[in-house]
Amino acid sequence: MESRNTHLAVGMFVILGVLAMLFLGLRAANTSTVTNGDTYKLFAKFDNIGGLKERSPVKVGGVVVGRVSAITLDGTYYEPLVEMTISKRYSEFSDTSSVSILTSGLLGEQYIGLNPGFIDDTVEILGDGDFVYDTKSALVLEDLIGQFLFGQGKD
Amino acid sequence: MFDRIAALGKAALDTIAGAGAALIMLVRALIGRPNLRKSWPLLMQQMYSLGVLSLLIIIISGLFIGMVLGLQGFTILVDFGAEQSLGQMVALSLLRELGPVVTALLFAGRAGSALTAEIGLMKATEQLSSLEMMAVDPLRRVVSPRFWAGFYSMPILATIFSAVGIYGGYLVGVQWLGVDDGAFWSVMQSSVEWREDIINGLIKSIVFAFVVTWIALYKGYNCTPTSVGISRATTSTVVTASLAVLGLDFVLTALMFG
Repeated sequence: MESRNTHLAVGMFVILGVLAMLFLGLRAANTSTVTNGDTYKLFAKFDNIGGLKERSPVKVGGVVVGRVSAITLDGTYYEPLVEMTISKRYSEFSDTSSVSILTSGLLGEQYIGLNPGFIDDTVEILGDGDFVYDTKSALVLEDLIGQFLFGQGKD
Repeated sequence: MFDRIAALGKAALDTIAGAGAALIMLVRALIGRPNLRKSWPLLMQQMYSLGVLSLLIIIISGLFIGMVLGLQGFTILVDFGAEQSLGQMVALSLLRELGPVVTALLFAGRAGSALTAEIGLMKATEQLSSLEMMAVDPLRRVVSPRFWAGFYSMPILATIFSAVGIYGGYLVGVQWLGVDDGAFWSVMQSSVEWREDIINGLIKSIVFAFVVTWIALYKGYNCTPTSVGISRATTSTVVTASLAVLGLDFVLTALMFG
């Protein structure tokens, strides 16, 4: 009987090791709390997404309301198409809203800032699968420096 | 003058002879057809005392080292507004370095010293000689299962250490200090590679397992069979194994990531 307990303990030990390996290998466990409940999808096309990644946060005024769920190239012009999964709790964004790719801090991660638009009788509320048309791309430092130098030359 | 040179020569010869004896012991313990029906219970017994009983110290130190990494990393990264890279920092330092190395050091202290003391005492009380009298090869019966148990246990322990450490970093970074949950994991996932980081860390811990177990067994098998001898052998196991692990770690890191 004692040897059976030993075998049991060793078996648990090995299983624990395999589980740890799975955790390390897959770590993809969905740990985001915002997008765990009911969600809907919004799309936005950008010229340049910079360093945006899947699972980057979507924020309204700094508050996380959703996540980037996919980034693909779309259409004949190869525009980056970003799919955002937004929590149903925040489902009243109008189609005058705009999205921009922002950076947290000087070296931080990039995220999507969503600016809610005004609401009156003529605008519609964004639903599942709708596009946000007013987009601002990520700032690329080299482009900025290029523009700056170009502007200097004209003076 | 000549006495000193002679002493140096004797020390050099002893070192070389010791390395040779250790290799012969290992080869003799490992070659030969294993008798599965007999050696399986012995292996299980040793896996239990080397692996399962080391689990607690590994889990606790892994958790605390991950938490300290999270705390220290956060205070530095927050200056640059880059605290979301915390997951990357914690995961890479654990998987590449701290997981295998700290596990090997703890294993040398927790299990290696016990191995040396056990085999040394077997030798001092002439249990090894009695086994030989009964035509049982002590290398096959005593040394071999202990070697394989250490060899299999340590990579498992190192994997558990890294996983628990990452969870510790997550607890401090995300739950306490408020790093963004999704960014913590997504930055980690985009920077940790299966082949480059996880497999290389595993290879490290396999090499360390080999070296630490081998040193512990040899020091025990070759000790002076007195109480002083056993105490010296135990100390020497921990010191030699730790130094070997740290030195080998540099070589392996240079080969893998250099």
